[in-house]
Amino acid sequence: MKPSQISSSVNQLLPPIIDLSEIESLPCITVRGNWTLRGLALGAPDLRTSLQVLESGKKEPNWDLMSIEALDTAGAYVLWEAWGMRLPEKIKLRKEHESAILRWQNRSLPSMTERQAPIPLLIMFRKLIEQLGEHLIDMVALLGQVILDLIYLVRHPKNIPWREISATTHETGGRALGITALVGFLIGIVVSYLSSLQLKTFGAEIYIINILGLSIIRELGPLLAAIIVAGRSGSAMTARIGVMRVTQELDALSSMGISPSIRLIIPKVIALVLCLPLLVVWTDIIAIIGGAMSAHLELNLGYQQFFLKLPSVVPLTNLIIGLSKGVVFGLLIALIACHFGLRIEPNTESLGNETTNSVVVAITLVILVDAVFAVLFRGIGI
Amino acid sequence: MTQATPVIQMDHVWTYLGQHLVHKDISLSLGRGEILGLVGASGCGKTVLMREMVGIQRPTKGTVKLLGEDLNAISAVQQQQLRNRCGVLFQGGALFSALSVFDNVAFKLRELKVLDEVLIERLVAMKLSMVGLSATSAKLMPSELSGGMVKRVALARALIMEPEVLFLDEPTSGLDPVLSEDFINLLSELHIELGFTIVMVTHDLDSLRDLCTKVGVLAEQKLVAYGSLDEAIDCEQPFAREFFHGKRAQRVFLNLN
Repeated sequence: MKPSQISSSVNQLLPPIIDLSEIESLPCITVRGNWTLRGLALGAPDLRTSLQVLESGKKEPNWDLMSIEALDTAGAYVLWEAWGMRLPEKIKLRKEHESAILRWQNRSLPSMTERQAPIPLLIMFRKLIEQLGEHLIDMVALLGQVILDLIYLVRHPKNIPWREISATTHETGGRALGITALVGFLIGIVVSYLSSLQLKTFGAEIYIINILGLSIIRELGPLLAAIIVAGRSGSAMTARIGVMRVTQELDALSSMGISPSIRLIIPKVIALVLCLPLLVVWTDIIAIIGGAMSAHLELNLGYQQFFLKLPSVVPLTNLIIGLSKGVVFGLLIALIACHFGLRIEPNTESLGNETTNSVVVAITLVILVDAVFAVLFRGIGI
Repeated sequence: MTQATPVIQMDHVWTYLGQHLVHKDISLSLGRGEILGLVGASGCGKTVLMREMVGIQRPTKGTVKLLGEDLNAISAVQQQQLRNRCGVLFQGGALFSALSVFDNVAFKLRELKVLDEVLIERLVAMKLSMVGLSATSAKLMPSELSGGMVKRVALARALIMEPEVLFLDEPTSGLDPVLSEDFINLLSELHIELGFTIVMVTHDLDSLRDLCTKVGVLAEQKLVAYGSLDEAIDCEQPFAREFFHGKRAQRVFLNLN
């Protein structure tokens, strides 16, 4: 036990102080106060520079450390540095402070600051391309694994993870009904209102049914549902798989002879492939109801007329396109979520990054694939 | 010298976690330079008691004084100053997973905002060398460390502010016997060199025997024994009897008596 650490109380902490005096024409430096981390934090930040100036004088000064209140490793280093990494010849110090100073004398500490050279732009670009390739290969491998697992499950129907599929269906489908309904309803109203304003000027009010039916069933419904599910369930899936990977739960599953891909990835893929088309239908219905309400208020179009006319102006093909979009989007979101989940490393940064990546990539790809759909089916159903 | 003020003083502490009673009227005091080992069955509230001493959890009733200051009565600034005088080693290390070993240890120093990087680098190097880690491991991320290294880094981080009190939550759990003995020796050396007070939660009989100057036994929500190891061994409470007189304990304490 060092008495040096006792005298200091929370309220009265003397900062490190340097006194300069001269005894028999020799400079004498007396240091007192708390030469501890907390003292240094209180004391002047330029303490070290003033010490350097003192030490660099022509004559070697006398050092008097007798009236130091407390000295710890940090305080000792400040003095040690001022002495030029060696003990001065003329020094008076208390016995209990010796150990703190000797600690610096007895240990040779390697330097730890190693600046990393900046990576050239070209190499950074190459790395980026390599990473992209890596992602692509991993995604294809994951898709292959899913197909292999599905074949296995068809052959061994006893192993189909019904409970997990049911739970994921409830989580991603059932619990998304509210938010998709709200968003769909509002978008329906907005699209209907804006279109009816334009149609009114042409006197073509009746075409509101065509516009709403086509845009919602073919484009907006699938897109809205997919984006909401990607944000809602995609992120949750990524984080869940990631944390399970970090906490070695995946290894635990494997060690019990249970395939993590069948137990974790397949249920998510199947649930989303099932749920998303259903959510698309649900969003379509609510959005069209919203649109019909708005049309009724704005254009005085009867509900009966609206819903009787709808099937004849919107061919069935559009619904089929919308539903198949739902299936593809569902598969895409599930695969991307699992892919990024499996890349999470055991640190908080990675968890956040990969979850963000998962959602961003999922939404971007959904919109990209939607554009591909638009090109592929450009002559059909309109 | 203010030898009289104990480092930690708990008076009639009661703790409820929800409806569940964890501590029933616990009082203790610990002097400077002492090493207290808290033992007790799993889930009996040892860690909770330690968290109350550090001030990250408040007891339902009773007062806790750390370094002479009542944790309930002091201001936020004072509490902050008090925290700077304590080091805590959490059970799992609780290293910041996004920071390298070096940055983990340097974290508190940088928070002071008065020290320059050169000084910080030297101080971190010193602390890492004190706990027996090389310069190469300073660049590693926490996920790349072995269990023993995590404990060492956590200890270096707890020691970086030159604390007067060190709180250790199961410092040797999860280490192999050799590493665990190493760690106990390291603590013992640092204790002699730096002269801090230690409170440790432990199940390890060896560290109780080799390190602790005081032993507290928690059982039935109470501190059933508090004093030297011999006093704890003589305790008649069933858990304490089992703990200190089981086969393993007999082996460990054989050369003590």
